[in-house]
Amino acid sequence: MGKRSKVIERDTVVIKFSGDSGDGMQLTGTLFSNTSALFGHDISTFPDYPAEIRAPQGTVGGVSGFQVHIGHKLVNTPGDFADVLVAMNPAAIRANARWLRKGSTIIYDSDNFTEKHIQRAGYKEDPFKEDKLDDMNLIGAPISSLVKEALKGMDIDPKSVLRTKNMFALGMVYWLFDSKLKYTEDFIEDKFGKKPLVAEANSKVLRAGYYYAETIEALTPSYHVSPAPIAKGTYRNINGNQAISWGLLAAAEKAGLKLFIGSYPITPATGILEELALRKDLGVKSLQAEDEIAGICTAIGASFTGRLAVTSTSGPGLALKSEALNLAVMTELPLVVIDVQRGGPSTGLPTKTEQSDLWQALYGRNGESPVPVIAAGTPCDCFTFAFQAAKIAVEYMTPVILLSDSYLANGSEPWKIPSMKDMPSITVPWAVKTDKDYLPYERDPKNLARKWAVPGTPGLEHRIGGLEKTIKGSVSYTPENHEYMVKMRDEKVERVVNDVPDLQVLGKKTGELLVIGWGSTYGPIYTAVSELQDEGFNVSAAHFNYIRPLPKNTAKVFKAYKKLVVCELNTGQFANYLRMKHQKFDYHQYNKIQGLPFTIGEIKDYCKKLLEGK
Amino acid sequence: MAETSNNHYVAKDFKSDQEVRWCPGCGDHGILSSLQKTLAELDIPKEKYVFVSGIGCSSRLPYYMNTYGFHGIHGRAAAIATGVKIANPDLMVWEMTGDGDALAIGGNHYIHAIRRNIDIKIILFNNEIYGLTKGQYSPTSKKGLVTKTSPYGTIEEAFKIGELTIGANGRFFARTVDYNLALSNEVYKEAAAFHGTAVVEVIQNCVIFNDGAHDAITNKETRDDNTIVLHHGQPMIFGKNRDKGIILVNLKLKVVRLGEGGITEKDLLVHDAHEPNPGIHYRLAGMTYPEYPVALGVIRAINAQTYDGAMLEQHEKVQASSKIKSVDDLLMSGSTWTVK
Repeated sequence: MGKRSKVIERDTVVIKFSGDSGDGMQLTGTLFSNTSALFGHDISTFPDYPAEIRAPQGTVGGVSGFQVHIGHKLVNTPGDFADVLVAMNPAAIRANARWLRKGSTIIYDSDNFTEKHIQRAGYKEDPFKEDKLDDMNLIGAPISSLVKEALKGMDIDPKSVLRTKNMFALGMVYWLFDSKLKYTEDFIEDKFGKKPLVAEANSKVLRAGYYYAETIEALTPSYHVSPAPIAKGTYRNINGNQAISWGLLAAAEKAGLKLFIGSYPITPATGILEELALRKDLGVKSLQAEDEIAGICTAIGASFTGRLAVTSTSGPGLALKSEALNLAVMTELPLVVIDVQRGGPSTGLPTKTEQSDLWQALYGRNGESPVPVIAAGTPCDCFTFAFQAAKIAVEYMTPVILLSDSYLANGSEPWKIPSMKDMPSITVPWAVKTDKDYLPYERDPKNLARKWAVPGTPGLEHRIGGLEKTIKGSVSYTPENHEYMVKMRDEKVERVVNDVPDLQVLGKKTGELLVIGWGSTYGPIYTAVSELQDEGFNVSAAHFNYIRPLPKNTAKVFKAYKKLVVCELNTGQFANYLRMKHQKFDYHQYNKIQGLPFTIGEIKDYCKKLLEGK
Repeated sequence: MAETSNNHYVAKDFKSDQEVRWCPGCGDHGILSSLQKTLAELDIPKEKYVFVSGIGCSSRLPYYMNTYGFHGIHGRAAAIATGVKIANPDLMVWEMTGDGDALAIGGNHYIHAIRRNIDIKIILFNNEIYGLTKGQYSPTSKKGLVTKTSPYGTIEEAFKIGELTIGANGRFFARTVDYNLALSNEVYKEAAAFHGTAVVEVIQNCVIFNDGAHDAITNKETRDDNTIVLHHGQPMIFGKNRDKGIILVNLKLKVVRLGEGGITEKDLLVHDAHEPNPGIHYRLAGMTYPEYPVALGVIRAINAQTYDGAMLEQHEKVQASSKIKSVDDLLMSGSTWTVK
């Protein structure tokens, strides 16, 4: 190890890797975060990539970024502002200039700061001056030339040589954080094992970057972040889409059901179909359908045969599925519908995050159409809530909508791996042949679920469908029967509340201000409120994962605070839902509709103003 | 697939307790009874049948079959049936649909089910009209047809179901007529025995909104001259007096009269339903009167791997080689670390 003239001990540090979408920034960021996690940091990551696969090189639209937040304390968000920015070109500076902390370090490939690149990024001459970054700790390294130099004499083509630039930058960052190279070297060996030259080149460049950083004394101060106090156990990194997929697999195994997924590719939900398509070893049947409607309809068909059926999509796809979703409502078949939300309306912001499908999930169908709605809060708890969504779907014989979003789908964090024996059991309401005729809509008196009779079972032949039925399963247009069945379906969904845990409060159970959130805003709200509490403010937080039905103790929690504010990434959909469900309270709203998550700072500022009565 | 059970069924065993509500004289009654007769003769356990439908008059049929049944939503029968079959390949899945349901709103699912070769039997009731919505033109309505939504006659070309099906890489296509119980029975049995997507177009008469649309090929006087029943391995002869036949000239089908110009039975085309090249089947399926007789019977039946079968094979292969046998295995696979 080289001598370090100055080491800064920090609780948390945010690092952003940024470059052209072909520069390998997602991989670089992932390797860095895995290395940090192995060291024992708590981490939270978020990739930020353009909608186009290869947007024009060097333009701001083509910038692909990966942000990693590492901490000695627990971190709940990928961080508001970066302490270290790795910029492979001027466009990466332009894209990130407003998200840098004062005094942060910028490592950039000076070879790429030519007049042409600078102008393509929209600057005149000097990116750092023009964006007022000249007082940052600027470290220009001629990465492209250094990489060529390092690999001189090796028998690989110039294109492949330049493709290792990301490893050079990563090497530099590893030095800055005094990290070990082993994880990355193992990864390189594993990935390029069949191409030993490429593996050697990447490892060589990684080390070259590391030693270069050691040699130039400019790269100070370096950072030290001690390991976080993390609970004992075995961990892995997981993102929201993977966690949802695995949660569904866990539920299928617990229920003794085979999993079926019918889906159509759509950003940012596609990862779920991809993940489950891999799991033929666990008996998952996956179908990439011809469209969104076929995705849900094949799932409904599979559910009719007794499979745990799933369809995954994003907002535009949920709109297409709504008629078929009502078919599942009417036939009272278990079905998990996952909406990984993105910015809308229409095609909107396909790669950005938003919470604006809440009303669509609650109300976006014809007729009286009650469906339980659940929202995951963190990448890790996507596992838990996917499991819960499946459990409720099966035990209550109902479709369930699980809301995630782009922020959770792509964000990753360390996850303490659960053991299947500790997961809750799932009871399947199978119909069995008795002396009495099977009545398709006869209900369990407790939770109102009907019994599931699957084709292949002798003696339980029956017909169901989208037309209104009697208990016997006969088509009926009788006025009283329709009203009865509408009410039964609604009451059944309301009874799900018996399986909804009470709303928890972070902080004092009574006070000046309760900050209310739902879904993926958990991290920023939790962190902002924790920090406000540390600063002495009388603030608490309550976070909703169960939207329909709401937890039983909701009103009891609300009434203990003088002010309530609902923070969400839309124009106030949950706030208005609460106004309808719990009318006696006044709700303030804090909303953001920019395709971006909340920053901790903006939530804190808003809360402070509210507390000061402004 | 469902194995022989030695169940001895009669058609009545497949009648449900629901009152049949089609209009008196509707061709659907004939389709229902020939299907019930077919099922009774198939000797497959009753609980293995699933009848899936979309929306329309045809799609009410599952309610009248005493089997498992699923009445879906408009156009989506093929997608629902696909899910049923993939999820449980041990079931025998029948899809009941119509020209509007399958070819207009459900056109996408229809062609993709066929392309994938899902092992389902699609019975497509073709009455060339929307009956349940009371008389609007459909994708198979003849050009110029006056209906409530085409008061001056349609200006659209109609789909020919056989051409569309074979164009979507259909491996089985047959055609029958609603009231012809014997032919229907024969065709349904062949569809049932086929492994893959089997499409049977049923020429069906809507007595209320399009009565007589198929008159030229169904009335006693003209039907034998306007239709040909194809049988694999048999020469293509038709006509009231069985004096007409079909030959191939310059890659085109041609109707000839036996005895005229020295034409004998030997000169006629012999039907080969198992020929993989779709060219001749496409032409046969596209024949329309008055130029040609309309082809009935099994026009095309080509064996190919089914989607559901291929999926099972892939599952077995992956399961044999994967180390992941349970969710616990999966969760612990790949990169993990332990905090002590």
